[in-house]
Amino acid sequence: MQEAIRAEALIRQFGIIRAVNEVSFVVEPGEVFGMLGPNGAGKTTLVRLLNGVIEPDGGTARVLGFDPRTQGEDVRRQTGVLTETPALYERLSARDNLLFFGTLYGVPQADLPRRVDDLLERFGLADRANDRAGGYSKGMKQRLALARTLIHQPRLLFFDEPTAGLDPEAALQVTTLIQELSHRDGRTVFLCTHNLEEAQRLCDRVAVINQGRLLAVGTAEQLARGLWQGLWVDVSLLAPSDGLPERLRALPGVLDISADGLELAVQVAEEAAIPGLVAGLVAAGAPVKRVSPREHSLQEIYFKLQEEARS
Amino acid sequence: MNWRTIRAITRKDLMEVRHNGMAWKPMLIVPLIFVVLLPLAVIVGPSLLNFPPDALTRDPDIQMFLDNMPPAMKAQVEGLDDHQMAVVLILGFMFAPMMLIIPVMVASIIGSESFVGEKERRTIEPLLYTPVTERELFIGKMLAAVLPALAVCWGSFLLYTLIVNVAGGPVMGRFWFPSVVWIPLMLWVAPAIAVLGMTGAVFISSRVGTFMEAYQSTGLLVLPVILLVIAQVAGVVYLNVEIALVVGLVMWLIDAGLLALSLRTFSRAALMARV
Repeated sequence: MQEAIRAEALIRQFGIIRAVNEVSFVVEPGEVFGMLGPNGAGKTTLVRLLNGVIEPDGGTARVLGFDPRTQGEDVRRQTGVLTETPALYERLSARDNLLFFGTLYGVPQADLPRRVDDLLERFGLADRANDRAGGYSKGMKQRLALARTLIHQPRLLFFDEPTAGLDPEAALQVTTLIQELSHRDGRTVFLCTHNLEEAQRLCDRVAVINQGRLLAVGTAEQLARGLWQGLWVDVSLLAPSDGLPERLRALPGVLDISADGLELAVQVAEEAAIPGLVAGLVAAGAPVKRVSPREHSLQEIYFKLQEEARS
Repeated sequence: MNWRTIRAITRKDLMEVRHNGMAWKPMLIVPLIFVVLLPLAVIVGPSLLNFPPDALTRDPDIQMFLDNMPPAMKAQVEGLDDHQMAVVLILGFMFAPMMLIIPVMVASIIGSESFVGEKERRTIEPLLYTPVTERELFIGKMLAAVLPALAVCWGSFLLYTLIVNVAGGPVMGRFWFPSVVWIPLMLWVAPAIAVLGMTGAVFISSRVGTFMEAYQSTGLLVLPVILLVIAQVAGVVYLNVEIALVVGLVMWLIDAGLLALSLRTFSRAALMARV
């Protein structure tokens, strides 16, 4: 299946600043791909480059099989971009906003009114469809902007900080919609965010970017494996077990152990060593309450990567 | 070139202007002054204020205008009494270039609102992410500025024609307006001036950040028209058909230059860089 995005050594310079510095990655069709980084890291510039709105100073990109530099219109016909601010025509109604963008995206005139009504219904805006968008709450504006992004049923969606500035309830509505778009509708999503919890919940794979340079790409698990040696497993006991740490240390694949009362943290070389660890605990007659491999949160991974980049 | 897209852009811009009182109110006030108040003042003013009609024709500016008048034009006012002469000179000749302020003003206000307004409100960004081409965007916005400018100008001209003929009927005793010079003025010069207002607004818009800044700067675009008014009152230029055609041609040439310059700055990357 054709890749949704392939970027190879993309460069974009603004004066003396390299906003995007030899960035390479691939986004597979149907996945939610997160681009994580602080403000000014180069995420928005990357979205503009991939949509052919600005030209790169170096490198190449293919988006849905098209070169954004020379085939920008073909790219934009099949992508939808939710910008960082809703940027609606606030003097116009929600319906007029959607009709306008539907026309610009080339939605056939015969289908457009029905498609606009469906989107207004889906995003809970049907009751106020003819009200001026300027009178909407922040959450409603963001939902209208999302509807605008979907008016031409794009195959690839770019979301730039989709929940920035929203209250928790509105943010949850937006992230639920993104999940639906990916899982239910099978669309590819390129999500730019510095909200790590949101990325953890939504993304299949992530890339971490800082000062225009890509620090890492992969699943959270892959990134963690690259950052920390082995894997920590937390073991809780119901009662003390004499000599347990020494017996576990002798097991194959166990690298380190730290004990604190009834809690043990065991470092194993890889996931495959966990069944052996469990068997060793049983063989030692330890009263085991719980064994749980410790997963690194995206937040830990992100800060570790940023720290390594700084050092 | 996709005309459905262009029409949508024009329609959207016009809807936005309609909902923005700060943009359309000045577009009505100025024409009302030129088209209703000033002609009525000249026609019914003397009798209302009870001053002799020859007070108007004795005005030094009008005297100078009369003295320097080419013979062909002078023939048009021969045999008229003082009040009739004042009406024909002021409303038929002197006001002619003033009417050109309307298209340049309307086009530059809408042009500023359309180009800088989008930038100021950041609505240009989602627009640039659509497959619309720069040329379609430019033409759509150009039509949104030029068409209402011409509509207001021609509408004002029709209203002016009605007022000076109906209110001026008792003074003139006949249907006397418009004279032949108004035809090239309205059909050749006014469109050129409207395009000047629009291209000037695009050019200024690329250098300023807010609608108000653009609005103030585009006021300068009225200057060529004011110069024409002064030149006519001072007796330097007498607008006849030939001169109107030449003035129009000069305006169209300036338009072509400004249009080329504007199109060069009107690229997706340049527009996005300013967001």
